[in-house]
Amino acid sequence: MARFLLKRIFSATLTLFAVSVLTFLMFFALPRDPVSSICSKNCNPERLERVRDDLGLNDPLISQYAGYMKGIVTGRDLGSAQGGRCDAPCLGWSYVTNEAVSDTIARVLPVTLSIVIPAAILWLLLGVGLGMVSALRRGTWLDRAAIGFSLTGASLQLYFVGAVLLLVFVYNLRWLPVPSYTSLLDNPAKWASGLVLAWVALAFLFSAIYARLSRAQMLETLSEDFVRTARAKGLAKPKVYGRHALRAAITPVVTIAGLDVGGALGGTVITETTFGIQGLGRTAVDAVRSGDLPTIMATVLIAAVFVVLANVLVDLLYAAIDPRVRLR
Amino acid sequence: MDSSEPLPSGEPDDHPTVPTQRGNEDAYLRVRDLRVRFDTSDGVVRAVDGVSFAVERGRTLGIVGESGSGKSVTSLAILGLHDPRRTTITGEISVGGRQVIGLAEDEVRRLRGRDMAMIFQDPLSALHPYYTVGRQIAEAYRVHHPKVNRRAARQRAIDMLNRVGIPQPARRFDQYPHEFSGGMRQRAMIAMSLVNDPALLIADEPTTALDVTVQAQILDLLADLQAEFHSAIILITHDLGVVGQVADDVLVMYGGRAVEQGSVEQVLRAPQHPYTWGLLSSVPSLHGDADADLLPIPGNPPSLINLPSGCAFHPRCRYADRAGSRSRSEVPELRPAGADGHLVACHLSAEERATFYAEDVARVGVAR
Repeated sequence: MARFLLKRIFSATLTLFAVSVLTFLMFFALPRDPVSSICSKNCNPERLERVRDDLGLNDPLISQYAGYMKGIVTGRDLGSAQGGRCDAPCLGWSYVTNEAVSDTIARVLPVTLSIVIPAAILWLLLGVGLGMVSALRRGTWLDRAAIGFSLTGASLQLYFVGAVLLLVFVYNLRWLPVPSYTSLLDNPAKWASGLVLAWVALAFLFSAIYARLSRAQMLETLSEDFVRTARAKGLAKPKVYGRHALRAAITPVVTIAGLDVGGALGGTVITETTFGIQGLGRTAVDAVRSGDLPTIMATVLIAAVFVVLANVLVDLLYAAIDPRVRLR
Repeated sequence: MDSSEPLPSGEPDDHPTVPTQRGNEDAYLRVRDLRVRFDTSDGVVRAVDGVSFAVERGRTLGIVGESGSGKSVTSLAILGLHDPRRTTITGEISVGGRQVIGLAEDEVRRLRGRDMAMIFQDPLSALHPYYTVGRQIAEAYRVHHPKVNRRAARQRAIDMLNRVGIPQPARRFDQYPHEFSGGMRQRAMIAMSLVNDPALLIADEPTTALDVTVQAQILDLLADLQAEFHSAIILITHDLGVVGQVADDVLVMYGGRAVEQGSVEQVLRAPQHPYTWGLLSSVPSLHGDADADLLPIPGNPPSLINLPSGCAFHPRCRYADRAGSRSRSEVPELRPAGADGHLVACHLSAEERATFYAEDVARVGVAR
């Protein structure tokens, strides 16, 4: 088990290294000169050259990369033009927002986490629950209702569902305030009421996929020999389904959930835009629009970290669920 | 396919009560006129169509037939493991004096694993891949002994693993099915099915998925355990050699019906049905003439949705013409054939069968 864990962490580190190199190269491959967008109005060759020097763009590529990575690990001095000392994890200085990128991230990351994590819990419970119920009640009206629900969810778009939710609950019924982000630590009730619509919208769309997937998996598992064995032992249905069938049916759901949650943590652009909340996703889009390269770099890296972490987590969960995986 | 077409056989009432072999009144398991039907989108499958038999404690009944003959469906019906929404079961199944058909699911569940247990064909797929072997055995024990604590259940499981001949049972308890070899897995499966001392054990092709060398060990183990626990065993197989080795009585099934039944001596020494002859002479004999011809049964097992009319075996029977048009129009009844308790469902007369057997089958040599 320890070896399994070490192997996964090693390969995850390699992946992250590759992503960071690629993102860094992208920085230079873009058709836009990072410097020209920084000194937009009163630009002259001397100022251009100074900014270029501040950014370290005159250094060799490798030492630039090394400097960037060093900044993430230990922090570094960026010079007075870029806010001076930049503590670890230093992600550079944004000339667009005029602040350290890590400060921007520290502000918007909790927003995205607050949207995605509760939504993911909700959509997993709802999706897997619906899938199980419809598999066990196959062919009944409950099954049909669940399939109808998941078809609806799978065919709708978030901006539509979000707009309808806003219209009904915020503007017509006035049950909820206009969505906004408040820190969970400051005011949990306000945190929840400001984000609950985003959770519901995300959960509705995502749970559709999970309901269909877990229904199909459960049906397949129910025809397995070991489920028949469990019944032949005289186990009651809740134990047959809950302990024997569910555990085997859940594995593919774990994989998809890992990919979805990992991806969503990298930024939920449409959700954030629909509900007017500034999270990681909108920050990334804004950065692309304004050519704010250090911020783009940071958001891409963070998204990659989440995807890789989610994959490691999925592998560990797999090993916890299925003992045969631990052998590999 | 029109599912409302008339039944090839008569209504249950038309069936004479079939005399079954020895002392069936106090037999532990009594099955009478069992009929199992599945409703599928292609039509009605008559998987079992009027089968009767009885098994006493301490005795073994071998149910023989090709795939799709209804032998596995019979066993699942006894345990009540069919899908109740798509299956219709009629007839009588009495386990230790209790009627299983029509009993509430929770009542049948209490019988399963405690009074009647089952061993499946492929132990790798029949054991849960994610739980340790020991945990699965202990679980089977604790379902029916809810007051037993975890440690006592563990000890019981280890004792059972030891009893079925698994070395280092305490260490094996904590291993997963994939860490067991095929034969060990089937031993563990047997340990699980016997953990509650069931009076009835149904073994559905317990050796088919195993190496030949391991097959004999498993059969020996079953025989030992039967002597020890005095249980009634149903052994489902397509292998008459296995039946000859361990069974006391034999039931030969074809197309969901019993075509021949009797004691092992009767059915193997003096087989009466042309299908049984086919089964016997499709097996090369180890002891007889190695050059002896085999007499394979031509064709394939019939579709249970659309059984041949009359005698379901007639398209594959080399003597069908001798019985005239009756073979196509009339379902042969199961009737006494010669010795006491020996039954056969065939249109041929006893004399004709004796002649054909002597001329065609005995000459080729029959596997024992």
